Amino acid sequence: MRNTFSEALYEAATKNPDVYIVVSDISPAGSMAKFSTQYPERFINVGVAEQSMIGICAGLALKGCQPFAYTIATFSLYRPFEMVRDDLGYQNLPVTVVGMGAGVIYSTLGGTHHTMEDIAIAGAIPNMQIVAPCDPAECTEATRWCATQKNGPVYLRIGKAGEPDLTKGAEPWQFGKIRYLRRGTDVCILTYGCITKMATQVADQLQAQGKSVSLVSVHTVKPLDRVGIVEALKRHKHVIVIEEHVPQGGLAPQTKQLAWDTQATCRLDTFTLKDEFIHCYGSWEDLLDAHGVSVPKILAKVA
Amino acid sequence: MDTLMKERANMFDAKVAKARCKAYRRRILDMSQKVSALHIGGAFSCTEIVDLIYNDLMCPAVNGGHSPDTFLMSKGHGCMIQYMILVEKGILSQADLDAYCTKEGRLGVHPDYGNPGIEASTGALGHGLSMVVGMALAERGRRTGGTIYTVLSDGEIQEGSTWEAILMASSLKLSNIIAFTDNNDFQSLGRTSLTHPSFYPLADKFASFGWETVECDGHSSADLYAAVTGRKGNGPLMVVAKTTKGKGVSYMENVPIWHYRSPNKDEYKQAIAELEAQA
Repeated sequence: MRNTFSEALYEAATKNPDVYIVVSDISPAGSMAKFSTQYPERFINVGVAEQSMIGICAGLALKGCQPFAYTIATFSLYRPFEMVRDDLGYQNLPVTVVGMGAGVIYSTLGGTHHTMEDIAIAGAIPNMQIVAPCDPAECTEATRWCATQKNGPVYLRIGKAGEPDLTKGAEPWQFGKIRYLRRGTDVCILTYGCITKMATQVADQLQAQGKSVSLVSVHTVKPLDRVGIVEALKRHKHVIVIEEHVPQGGLAPQTKQLAWDTQATCRLDTFTLKDEFIHCYGSWEDLLDAHGVSVPKILAKVA
Repeated sequence: MDTLMKERANMFDAKVAKARCKAYRRRILDMSQKVSALHIGGAFSCTEIVDLIYNDLMCPAVNGGHSPDTFLMSKGHGCMIQYMILVEKGILSQADLDAYCTKEGRLGVHPDYGNPGIEASTGALGHGLSMVVGMALAERGRRTGGTIYTVLSDGEIQEGSTWEAILMASSLKLSNIIAFTDNNDFQSLGRTSLTHPSFYPLADKFASFGWETVECDGHSSADLYAAVTGRKGNGPLMVVAKTTKGKGVSYMENVPIWHYRSPNKDEYKQAIAELEAQA
């Protein structure tokens, strides 16, 4: 995803001289090298100084520019939280805070590099929008949108590298609208971000069992497409939420709330990380499995 | 000194500046009789600095447009002096001041972005200088020639985030930043030089980070003016202005309670009498 992000950002910077990127000692390879060579005055590396990364983006936006802040998700959101809240949220500035490698992708780097509560934290800030693309192509769409929108701040939650393409042939991406990657009638899986890869495997298995399955990318986590989700709850007998986030403040509790508010009658299962830090190492899949999130474990529960 | 600065140097008049500052302090004292919270001490310590920025340093707006220069009040709690100047310039109104801190009004104890003349929401300390760096980058990118002026408090420079911005401003050689530290040596709990002796003197800290640094008397408009106009201008400028918290009213000077309190009627009368007696 980080490669398609930087490619889309380079395109945007070519079209618009007000597009800036402020990075904190980390930068996507590939196209970002092109960006920094071609537009060195618009590529700022603050070093390991995330508070200034956000503040500088705010200053650029106060002067009408379209800045992106970029680093590993924990450091782009948690470390400079008050800057994100006051400088971006309170002043309602069109700055995109990119949280790269969000979730538990940095599986072997330990808990300091896991971003398990970012949706809850970013989502609690008024004015903040959250976009979490599920594959490289969706990341391109999301980045293009971020580079032109003027609504206010965005937390763009992206993966790292090597994510599979999951959206080929899907309906067009639209900010604020859920996106059906496939449509069915029995089961609907709501998901977002990198874990959509696992949700796709679950969908395949359920289809192999003879079920008709919808798979939905809820790429815009805030503002949530309430109408779209309520409709999904109405149209399917069984809705499953799969997300790479703690149980509080993410898509799962919001879907439950919508189900309660609209007296939904479908069965609703949610799969999230636990409200616990992860102290083990291994692959991304190993860490998710440690919190009960894996294809077999999900299939066993939804059977 | 560039041509524009030379032209304006002929217009600078220390006596006029002094009269303006006296009038601003008087108006702030008048305001203090309407509300209990005013941050009067910190506004009095930076009165000459903010006056100079607005009235003698920033380019005036041309043809009804905006000034190419920007002022960001990083020590947001000192904004009462800024409000007074913005009212005088007709950017804010007397009605705005009358409704200060009321449900009908739009002005509060800290400056709020979106209000006329207010370039950023500050009040939480340690945010201003990074925003100044971003603004300076934008102005440089667009080749507008705009300068960004800011005032920091000496409490605020304890924030690590301020030093992240200090590091970046000089590394990026942002010569269009002119910053002032209102060095009144007081924060809420007392004398800063007593609680943080290792931090002093301040000037060499900024200089060691690559800023052009000047120390001067922060209550002398002439000294402040000379500090800015005499700069080399190869990078950002920090003027460490030695000031007195509560300057101008004897019982307020260097007394921490006046960080926030408003004077009662008798105290108000005495303060006005003292101000009027000053040359």
